[in-house]
Amino acid sequence: MGNDILMTVNWSRAQFALTAMYHWIFVPLTLGLSFLVAFFESIYVKTGDESWKKLTKFWMTLFGINFAIGVATGIIMEFQFGTNWSNYSWMVGDIFGAPLAVEGIFAFFLEATFFAVMFFGWERASKRFHLFSTWMVAIGSNLSAVWILVANGWMQNPVAMAFNPDKARFEMQNFFDVALSPTAVQKFTHTTSSSFLLASLFVMGISGLFLLQNRHKEMAKRSMVVASVLGLVSSGFAAFNGDESAFHIAHRQPMKLAAMEGLYTGTEKAPIVAMGIINPDKKPGDNLPAFKQEVIVPGMLSLLANRDPNSFVPGINDLVYGNPTRKIVGAQERIASGKIAVAELAKYKEAKKAGDQAGAQAALALFNQHKDNLGYGYLNRPEEAVPPVALTFYAFHIMVGLGTFFPIVFLCVLFCSVRGTLENHRWLSAICFACLFLGYVASQAGWVVAEVGRQPWAIEGLLPVGVASTAIAAGSVKTTFFIFLFLFTGLLIAEIGIMVKQIKIGPEA
Amino acid sequence: MRVAPRELFAFYRDGFRSMVLGRTLWKIILIKLFLMFAVLKLFFFSDNLEKNFHSDAERSAHVLDNLTRGAAR
Repeated sequence: MGNDILMTVNWSRAQFALTAMYHWIFVPLTLGLSFLVAFFESIYVKTGDESWKKLTKFWMTLFGINFAIGVATGIIMEFQFGTNWSNYSWMVGDIFGAPLAVEGIFAFFLEATFFAVMFFGWERASKRFHLFSTWMVAIGSNLSAVWILVANGWMQNPVAMAFNPDKARFEMQNFFDVALSPTAVQKFTHTTSSSFLLASLFVMGISGLFLLQNRHKEMAKRSMVVASVLGLVSSGFAAFNGDESAFHIAHRQPMKLAAMEGLYTGTEKAPIVAMGIINPDKKPGDNLPAFKQEVIVPGMLSLLANRDPNSFVPGINDLVYGNPTRKIVGAQERIASGKIAVAELAKYKEAKKAGDQAGAQAALALFNQHKDNLGYGYLNRPEEAVPPVALTFYAFHIMVGLGTFFPIVFLCVLFCSVRGTLENHRWLSAICFACLFLGYVASQAGWVVAEVGRQPWAIEGLLPVGVASTAIAAGSVKTTFFIFLFLFTGLLIAEIGIMVKQIKIGPEA
Repeated sequence: MRVAPRELFAFYRDGFRSMVLGRTLWKIILIKLFLMFAVLKLFFFSDNLEKNFHSDAERSAHVLDNLTRGAAR
């Protein structure tokens, strides 16, 4: 790949990563806080206690701020598809068109209808209809996330499609197989449960701040009980579907799993690295140690990947260079097959242009034999199939480490709440406040694992990012990168500023 | 529950009028949408294939050229 093209691809990747990560600051709080608000209001309607109404209104205001600042930030990513990723955009149009259209219609009608009742209807709608509207906003917000996660799941595990060589498009064969693929289902369940977890930490963090400041103590304690229960349940669920997700990654994206664990040489009884410092000089195929320091748990990776602690888990070297003993086809071999697919696709195109039907059919037959490795045909070296190992490894371990720490905090808060000693333990309130920020770190780290770990693919095994992108000037992508940086930073400052002001005012507002 | 159009209009009108924080948020939303659609989309983010090609057949041919360029070399 030429330097100019590489620059364009890398700036396009950086721009997409920047917008996705900023977008993901707003989205998980919307997904999770909408449900917490619905729980708070349900308690108000059930008990008739006005202090629960006041509490609900306070959190609903913060939800509204986050929703308003974050709304439409995802559309910018769709702009980028057409400009920076036009090849990709064309090729997946048939697969993504339906889910994204459903999302737009569904989200608009459900949220727009009930959002107004939720905010304007406290005095005009009946208690029950208002509560119903709040639940509809919560359910609608979460359901609208389904479709974008289905699209992402398909990119990680492209199922139920066929490549049409005349249109240069992947065409959907079965909508339900795409929508209900295990990867899509796990993407949705893990994303939503971790968003509930983040929103619980948000509520506990601000409530912890109120306790530290000796303000609104009753409201803070009530909020913390509900948030800690939801946080605890969400943590268990996120851990369960995270484990399921890792199991599927082991079979659908083994390179990603190997990078997540920094596993270079495949082995039986493969260990999990509980903590470690990656050796930055380590390259695939060399004899250097993968880690400078490591703490391992033997057999755990085999258990995670295959549900058998004695089983074999392939490492990066096996997946790059192949391992005939284990019947693993490496990237080296797949590149050879992929190059045949690309060459036959070119022959098919030329034969069709020349009106040579027999030649076209012969080329197509050979292309079909190698089409599963099409994406590898664009790689020059097998090592290009390896994602950034250090970034994937650290992001995964930060996510898992924090994901293990949060339930302990939820348990402590719940225990102290039940004993009525929550406000006596100021250290716990301080930890809750710190967890507000740590929740965002874990949430962002999760997406880094998902997206960095699948590099170099835009579509797993079929389309590398270098081919997916548009050949435009790197300078123009760089310019819009900084425009987005400025715009999103402005939005984030606005969000934090308005939220801080509302938090200072408190529930009396 | 049946709601007359007049009541529905009054519901939204009164809701928007009674907004306090909401006014600021709406201003942010409108500025953001203006920047996104009237500036970014219009001047920086044209749809490459839509702009440069007139039919789907041309777009397909262009993407297919990109996919097979390596083989041609």
